[in-house]
Amino acid sequence: MKAVLVKDIQKTFKVEKSTVTALREISFEVEQGELFGLIGPDGAGKTTLFRILTTLMLADKGTAYVDGLDVVADYKAIRKRVGYMPGRFSLYQDLTVEENLQFFATLFNTSIEENYDLVKDIYVQIEKFKTRKAGALSGGMKQKLALSCALIHKPSVLFLDEPTTGVDAVSRKEFWELLHNLQQQKITILVSTPYMDEADLCDRVALIQDGRILDIETPKGITKKFEDTLWSVRATNMYQLLIDLRNQPEVKSCFPFGQAHHVTFINNNQLVDDIKGRLVLLGHTSIKFEKIEAGIEDCFMDLMSEAKR
Amino acid sequence: MKAISVQNLTKQFGEFTAVDHITFDVSQGEIFGFLGANGAGKTTAMRMLCGLSMPTSGKAIVVGYDLYKHAEEIKKSIGYMSQKFSLYEDLTIKENIRFYGGIYGLSNFEIKEKTERLASLLRIEDKLNTLVRSLPLGWRQKLSFSVAMIHDPKIVFLDEPTGGVDPITRREFWTMIFEAASRGTTVFVTTHYMDEAEYCNRVSIMVDGKIAALGAPEELKVKFSAKDMGEVFLQLARGAKRGDD
Repeated sequence: MKAVLVKDIQKTFKVEKSTVTALREISFEVEQGELFGLIGPDGAGKTTLFRILTTLMLADKGTAYVDGLDVVADYKAIRKRVGYMPGRFSLYQDLTVEENLQFFATLFNTSIEENYDLVKDIYVQIEKFKTRKAGALSGGMKQKLALSCALIHKPSVLFLDEPTTGVDAVSRKEFWELLHNLQQQKITILVSTPYMDEADLCDRVALIQDGRILDIETPKGITKKFEDTLWSVRATNMYQLLIDLRNQPEVKSCFPFGQAHHVTFINNNQLVDDIKGRLVLLGHTSIKFEKIEAGIEDCFMDLMSEAKR
Repeated sequence: MKAISVQNLTKQFGEFTAVDHITFDVSQGEIFGFLGANGAGKTTAMRMLCGLSMPTSGKAIVVGYDLYKHAEEIKKSIGYMSQKFSLYEDLTIKENIRFYGGIYGLSNFEIKEKTERLASLLRIEDKLNTLVRSLPLGWRQKLSFSVAMIHDPKIVFLDEPTGGVDPITRREFWTMIFEAASRGTTVFVTTHYMDEAEYCNRVSIMVDGKIAALGAPEELKVKFSAKDMGEVFLQLARGAKRGDD
């Protein structure tokens, strides 16, 4: 049995007088125990999809199953066994840390003691604040409490909607370590994120943009599919280099990528000496061309431009 | 003249020192990255530099104005954009431009001219009467930036301008930043994307209210023997004692 099975799910919303399509007939499967990432920017449809799978919203078309249960017919059974951490903090701000956790345990007919093992690693980090009201916690603490509350009934499938958005690089790293520990407990985890670099931390990912799934694969599988030869190019004046590279007729794409620009050419076997020479004439110094492997973000951008064409 | 000059700037909330004697300068036309873990004191420092919050002690001159004496002048001379809020969602694009133009004292003629120029620059001529709410996030952020620049400020403060934005738009946004800087506008920017730290001329990294490192990305990478700014950041922020917010 698949942990999640989605088939041709479509969802539209009415905004003013126009219709916005949030999900365009998307299909995918998630295996038991898998850490599955939905990677895409804001507005891609990630939250809508999670709401449909957690039975909080009805799709216009298509079918979806969680743990073999139909999201429409068996919604009550699904609600008992999934954990959901929404993107916006949605615990009770005027209850304390401990009261929140107790409340969620009680809702699911269990107790903190019964499933303490599952939340222990996370809860110990906030336990010293257990008498503090949730509203007075810092961002990172709130996030840990929300995760504890989503776990306290020992869900079989856990949905985490953008748990790392707006979180600094250190806390993001820690959060992913927590997720990998949870995976050891045989919980299926679906996590959404706008950070492309987090794709590498998932078993498989779906790249999602504008309500469409651009690709579903292992992170390695996605980057392997990148067909163009990718060059990393540097020079002393990076902004001028960006402008000048984009003006070369042989250049197919050129994007800033941190310390270097990533460049592809119309002709995959392009010799770069010519271009280097022209850049020298344009006044560039310390020019460096280097062939590199594509990352998830390169692939995402490539698939995005393809989808537009 | 420096765009920003700060000496021992400090802000205390009761016993808690949110910003602890920070000292730095930002030159005109520089792209200055202001990094730090959640809760390091970035927002508090930025609010002071924008004239929205009075320091407890220390000195700060922003675009030539003393923070203590001329906060109102500072507010008029800077641009500000945040990820969370910049435009009114229930106003149209045109109404937002008109509103911000009005706030910054532009004449009707100037507003009309700016509206046209902005529309053609962002290629939204046919969308001017669309409510901002129905715009995709990427467009909204590019529009917010242009609106923050409507009065041609000498310096623009950008608070996590690219959070959640798709990777192509994120790069288009940075191209707008490069352009603004090349025209002489000072850009003061915060971000959680470490690749974006590489685009800055200089970067400061705050830890527990203090500036733990300051310099060009190349210098910092050498100093911390790191392969990229992400590593520099992790090394410094791991030492943080303070929780976030």
